[in-house]
Amino acid sequence: MILLDRVTKTYNKNLGTALDRVSLHVEGGEFVIVVGQSGAGKTTLMRLLTREERPSSGKIIIGGIDYDKLKDRDIPLLRRKIGVVFQDFKLLPNKTVFENVAFALEIVGIGRREIQHTVPKVLDIVNLVGKEKRMPLELSGGERQRVAIARAIARQPKILIADEPTGNLDPKHAWDVINVLEKVNKYGTTVVLTTHNQEIVNKLKRRVITMQHGKVASDRANAQYEL
Amino acid sequence: MKRRLITTGRIVRTGFANFFRNASLALAAMAVMVVTLTIVLFSVVANAALTHTVAQFTGKIDISIYLNNSVTDAQRTGLMDTLKALPQVRAVGYVSKDEALAQYKEANKANKNVLEALNETGGNPLPASIEVTPTDPAAIDQIQQVLGRPEVTALEDAQAGTSYSGDHKKAVDNIARAARILKQVGVVAVIVFGIVSMLIIFNTIQMAIFNRRDEITIMRLLGASTWFIRGPFVVESIVYGVISAFISVGALYLLFMLSSAALQASSFGLLDIGYASSYFYDHFLLLLTLQLTVGIVIGAASSSIATRRYLKFKIR
Repeated sequence: MILLDRVTKTYNKNLGTALDRVSLHVEGGEFVIVVGQSGAGKTTLMRLLTREERPSSGKIIIGGIDYDKLKDRDIPLLRRKIGVVFQDFKLLPNKTVFENVAFALEIVGIGRREIQHTVPKVLDIVNLVGKEKRMPLELSGGERQRVAIARAIARQPKILIADEPTGNLDPKHAWDVINVLEKVNKYGTTVVLTTHNQEIVNKLKRRVITMQHGKVASDRANAQYEL
Repeated sequence: MKRRLITTGRIVRTGFANFFRNASLALAAMAVMVVTLTIVLFSVVANAALTHTVAQFTGKIDISIYLNNSVTDAQRTGLMDTLKALPQVRAVGYVSKDEALAQYKEANKANKNVLEALNETGGNPLPASIEVTPTDPAAIDQIQQVLGRPEVTALEDAQAGTSYSGDHKKAVDNIARAARILKQVGVVAVIVFGIVSMLIIFNTIQMAIFNRRDEITIMRLLGASTWFIRGPFVVESIVYGVISAFISVGALYLLFMLSSAALQASSFGLLDIGYASSYFYDHFLLLLTLQLTVGIVIGAASSSIATRRYLKFKIR
């Protein structure tokens, strides 16, 4: 599902490499946690996956799409296949919860009837039934992040990338979000999660990839947080 | 196909919604656009009216070749055929001695002395003539060269020779020059105001984009296509263009109505207002289409450029 082969990313030669020959293989349906201190290369890795950055060298293939052969104008098509969740939610503040989720479907040209049908189902998955008409600012951080997840999974992507989704949340809300991610994973979506939260990593008992200085320091199944 | 239709519908709807949301910005953009389009419209109509005036004066220019009495019919038709064959000649006519006399009597019927003098001389002292109408005033010089040939001068009346409506020519030259200058000024004004209004629309759209750059970033990350993001802005500025076109055409319509009703002026300097307004009414749909086209092109072009740098993929 996700394949990285000796991927290197250098933003600026004076600053050293952000990613240094990172090779990874993630199977379809896996739940992978990427941990590492700030500056270890987690965010760069995520930005390469969503094609916000190009690798300086190395190969990336996601869901059968070879990034070397991906033209700029086809990037939207790629992003429609990947769901992304951000630490700062990136919701549209002037749209309701329902509209925010519907927005992801409108962009792709899905008809109104299908949107009316899909959005409630997705909001049910993230446990936000009854909050359709709320504005993002009226919600708690955890609720907002669940709206963002609903938006990301509304198009049923094969892959969900969650970059520090719990970074701004208190422990209770963080777990609400993690539970939703586990649920999404149970439906068959590949989940890539980056986090700083030691407790979450240790309780999830999933595959953990530890990044250090732009390199993969360890990559173990059922692993613990070890930094 | 169906998806494309849905998407197009959404783009247009968003564009209109943004137009109303940005009302104050839109007003500024449209004001400049109206000025630009009015100048375009005015130069087109003024150009038509001036061309008409020049043509009218040109029609009055002619050359008369007075023939001596010994010219045979064959020589005369020969000369007329030669003249007709010239590309600079629009029409060739013949005035016989009798016709010339009749015209002369008609022109001087109030003047008894002249008529008496004519009767006293007996016979017909007036020469026959060939009347040549050139295609335009500048062509006179070339026709003159042909008329200067010895075989032509041999046919001429020794006293009268050839007459060119010299005063006319000068007047027409002046008008033609003024018309040319006005045309050039019109073109420059259209270009300058076209650029100014493009810049202002460009700025308006950039401000609208700046206000919504977070939204655009999010749309990009969610996989919105370039046209899904750019489309509404282009639609919005096309709406500016369309509204401005209607305003400018409407304004000129009012102006002509007022000028014909209230001012009762038939001309404004060289501008024949009567002709200009009838030209405007006759070509109303064409002019409206022209205005709409110019407005739409200015709007679409400037917003397409304005959105370009916000549509790069490397944003977050």
